[in-house]
Parts: sequence; C-alpha cells; structure tokens
Amino acid sequence: MPEKRDMEGIIRHVTEVIIGELKLEDITVGTFNPDMDLVDELGIDSMDLATIALVLQDEYKITIDEDDYPKLKTVRLIAEYIEEKLTGKN
Amino acid sequence: MKTISLLLDSEWYDRYRRIANLNIRSSIYDVTNRCNLRCRGCFFFSSGENHVKEETNIKQWEAFIDKERKRGVNLAILIGGEPTLCMDRVEAFYKRLPSYCATNGLIKIPRDKFPDMMVGISLWGSSEDEKILRGKDTFAISSKNYEGDPYTYYLYTITPKQVGKVESVVKRIVDVGLKVHLQLLSNDEGMEGFSWRPEELRDLRFEMDEMLNQYPRTVISCKYYHETITTGKMMGRTFGWHECPSVTESLDNRQPPVKRLIHFYRWAADLKTVHRCCTSATRDCSICKDGAAHMSWVMVNKRDHLNSTRDLQNWIEVYEMFAKLYRLIPW
Ligand code: SF4
Ligand code: SF4
Repeated sequence: MPEKRDMEGIIRHVTEVIIGELKLEDITVGTFNPDMDLVDELGIDSMDLATIALVLQDEYKITIDEDDYPKLKTVRLIAEYIEEKLTGKN
Repeated sequence: MKTISLLLDSEWYDRYRRIANLNIRSSIYDVTNRCNLRCRGCFFFSSGENHVKEETNIKQWEAFIDKERKRGVNLAILIGGEPTLCMDRVEAFYKRLPSYCATNGLIKIPRDKFPDMMVGISLWGSSEDEKILRGKDTFAISSKNYEGDPYTYYLYTITPKQVGKVESVVKRIVDVGLKVHLQLLSNDEGMEGFSWRPEELRDLRFEMDEMLNQYPRTVISCKYYHETITTGKMMGRTFGWHECPSVTESLDNRQPPVKRLIHFYRWAADLKTVHRCCTSATRDCSICKDGAAHMSWVMVNKRDHLNSTRDLQNWIEVYEMFAKLYRLIPW
C-alpha cells in the first residue's frame, strides 16, 4: 500500500497512477492539477477509469464500485473517495 | 500536455461534452432464430448461429432482461433472425431498457406500442440487387410500413456490385422521408463477385463522402468512419481480431487486454449461449467490414485521438454518429 494516507499523499499517489497507467506525456505529478476534469479535459473514458480503479483498489485494499465511476471526475474527488473508504465512511 | 479544451474551440468543446458522459453500455440479443427471409450472405445463418434451442417462455425473457439491466446494460440492440416475428420479446426489452430493433421491415412495428423505439431497416441495394440477394424487393414493403417515421432509418449494406450506384438508393430513401446509415457487406458465404477489391473500396470511400456532402440531412455518417471502414486503418493500426472492441466479454482472453466495449455480450436466443462478437462467429476477422465494430473501434480509442484538433474532431464525429443512430442525441 502507498505509504502516505493523508489527503496530500493520496492525491499524489492517484496522480502517479493516472500518469503511469495512461502513459501520459508532458506532465508530472507536480504540474498535474488535481481539480482538472478527467473526462472533459483529459479525455479519460470508462475503460481508463476501470484500469485506474483496479490499481487503486489493489493498492489501498478497497473496492471501487463501478456505479461510482461517474462521481470520480477529478483526482481530488478520487482521493476523497479513497480516504472515505479508508476511514470507513462509505 | 494536450487537454481537450486546448484542442477544441468552444463549439466543438460543447459537442465533445454532449457525448463524453453518455457512458453507453450496449449488448446484442438474438431475439429469435427464425426469419421471414433467407438472404444470400446473411451471417446469422451462414455461421450456424441459429442452431440453439430458442427460449419460448416470455417470463424467462423478462427475468433475463432484468438481469441484463442489473449488469449495467443501458442499450439493448435487438437482432436475430427477425425480431418482429416475436413482438412480445421485443416488447419485454422495450419496457425495461432503451432498445433498438434491427429488422428487415416486412412486418411493421406498431408505433402505438413502441412510440419511440429506434428501428433500423436492413437494405441491400437497388430493387434488382435485393431480388437477387434477398429474394424480393424489401424496400417496396418496408418503405410503405415506415414512410416518414422519425425513429427509423435504413441500414444500407453496400456490396461491391453497387459501387457507383449508391446515390440511386439514397434518393429512394430521401423520397420516403427516412434516413440512412451506410455499411459494407462482409462476404461470409464467399459469393462470387462479392468480395472487396482495394480499388472498389477506394472508390466507395469517395462515393460515401459524396453522399454525405449531397444528402447531409439524410445520411447519418461521417468521413472518418468512411475512411476507417474502407481502409481498415486507424492511426496507422490495422483492424482485426487483435483490435476488435466488439467481442463478448466472457470470451475475450486476448493478452495484453484490448480496448473494448465494457461488459459487451452477444446473447443467443436460448439466453444461455454467447456468440464470439457482434457478428458472425465464423468470419475471418482480417476481412471483417462490420460497421458497428469499426465505429466502436474508433470510439474506444479516444485518447489516441488527442494528438491534434483534427484527430479529436474526427473522433467526436464518429461518436456523434453512433449516438445519433440510437437517438441518444438528436438527429
Ligand atoms: S433479413 Fe436479416 S436475419 Fe433475415 S436472412 Fe436477411 S440478413 Fe438474415
Ligand atoms: S468478425 Fe469482425 S466483429 Fe467479429 S471479432 Fe472479428 S473483427 Fe470483430
């Protein structure tokens, strides 16, 4: 599991996973805006989200329900979702 | 990094946003094994996909469709055989899921029961071609059944023999106030003279473009689709089994995993058997011209189209075409 479980750490790690899994070029964790809309700006589709979700589920030992994908529109929203799962809020 | 809003002006960006969140989860259902025609070159019969025992209990169909809805399917594509021979099954789908019915148009789907169900009528060319390939001029009947219907279009399967003659068919469709989507025959039965030669495909591409230029309110299509389906190429890649997105999920063991339609299945009419893909299980993928598979191929490869404005606009146009065919966005 990724070491840092605080919000900043989760945001960082989710960003790393997205950049790595989707092989994004010309962008780093430092320059990635966590509030950027992943569908409307980055062009991510549900298959991409499924790929990212699989990795995050594995690493954080949580389940990400497919029905929740539409909610996961930004890195910050994904990080908040993970944090809530980790603290047992949903 | 190239983002969508950097690549598109505001008009295209709005078009992108209109389709980007549709999240279509389609699957295909053989409603019946029977048909009131036997077209030469029909993949359903040539591949033996009709050899399953049809489920006849409507309650079983209803329970099955409910399960499909729970599985996340939000677009049911009804094919066959001829679905209108089993209207109660069509109705079971229509009441539970957004549904689209592919038919030969010989039996009219009653609009009082199915006011807004999308209907695609198969058409294989001019009346002479239809008589040769299907035994009768189906257009003469289907056009009477559906004239002016706002939820119906023709699915015109072009054969190599019709290159240069597409306009006469399109004009007949204009005259009955319907729309048309163009697709290509895959010669599953190896009929003499019905396999595509490169020069025919090249000519047809430009003919399809010309139809779109001349009849933009009738032809539901786009030029990038014409390019993709006639060349079998996209972004320098070649279409085939190793790229096809329309493979039944439980039968898809390709490694590395292929960009595909999520949770896509094609179910046989016994409600147990699954077919390999959206079309013939015995077809040689290297010569497959299936229109839906080609457009889905573009659609699932969105991020490969983020290199330039033109690429992304091409992707948007293909997606819009698909969404229009199922009336997920207005015509
Ligand atoms: S109408 Fe359709 S299902 Fe029937 S034989 Fe012709 S192509 Fe096949
Ligand atoms: S026949 Fe066509 S649609 Fe079917 S798996 Fe092969 S390429 Fe895909």
